[in-house]
Amino acid sequence: MSDIKEAQKALVSRILAGDGNASPSMRRAAFNNSDLPEPLNLLVNKVAMHAHTVTDDDINAAKRSGLNEDQVFEIVVCAAIGQATRQYDAAIANLEIVTKKD
Amino acid sequence: MRLEILDNGHGFSTKVLFALIKMISRQPVLDVVKLVKYRPDFYGGPMSGLTQEAMREPSSWSVADRELMAALVAKTNQCEFCTKAHSAVAQRAYGNEKNVSTLLSEPETAAIEEPLRSTLLMLRKLTREHKLTTEDIRSVLAAGTSRQQIEDALSVCYSFNVIGRLADAFGFRIPGPETFESGAKYLLSRGYR
Repeated sequence: MSDIKEAQKALVSRILAGDGNASPSMRRAAFNNSDLPEPLNLLVNKVAMHAHTVTDDDINAAKRSGLNEDQVFEIVVCAAIGQATRQYDAAIANLEIVTKKD
Repeated sequence: MRLEILDNGHGFSTKVLFALIKMISRQPVLDVVKLVKYRPDFYGGPMSGLTQEAMREPSSWSVADRELMAALVAKTNQCEFCTKAHSAVAQRAYGNEKNVSTLLSEPETAAIEEPLRSTLLMLRKLTREHKLTTEDIRSVLAAGTSRQQIEDALSVCYSFNVIGRLADAFGFRIPGPETFESGAKYLLSRGYR
């Protein structure tokens, strides 16, 4: 059986609390898909909700807003992991509810 | 790719590795490899370990089943790169036993055993709607899927809900089928580390 929970915690801890070029508060906001100014809000929301619609302009707008490429890299990674984590955690929580009752 | 650093920002030893990969495989280095090798302490290192756990560690789902799940998550997210990459891995792993294209197009009616079907439909719903209800979980259990199988499938779903988003956001180049076949061979023989 596979168990990714420890690996997932380590990954999330690394991207949010470890060293980075973007500030921890900005990485956290990207992870949570909240509290970011435009144009980062648009980019992060697209990554979280419909990543296939991200365009060159979205990435270029983030860079024009003052972020360097390493910061954009980190913000996008945090946004993707944040949304996947919310989905996974919610599904696991419901699995635990159902299997405890059963 | 949309970020220059992901194409050309790697250290010297990684660039040497890429040159070796190109020479040995006679294929371009896939953008997913460039991503995980860029500042691997931030994302690629921990994510590769997690994905290896989900895709290759012991599970009652076969490697082929898990690659099929990865492809289904990718297709649901409309991620062309990951759909093609993991369809190739799943088809190679199944051989003539199953037709991956048919399974991805019509999981409701394709000729597959019930635990796998109900699990695929669960992953599709989670990926599409970002949530599952307790009733969704109960119906998958009622179809004969074990709790552990659901957990293992959710691990696959997690990995590919991350990777697919990054593939699309960073604009991975879509190579030809020969390159995906080469990648599939590698992933089946060496895994994700």
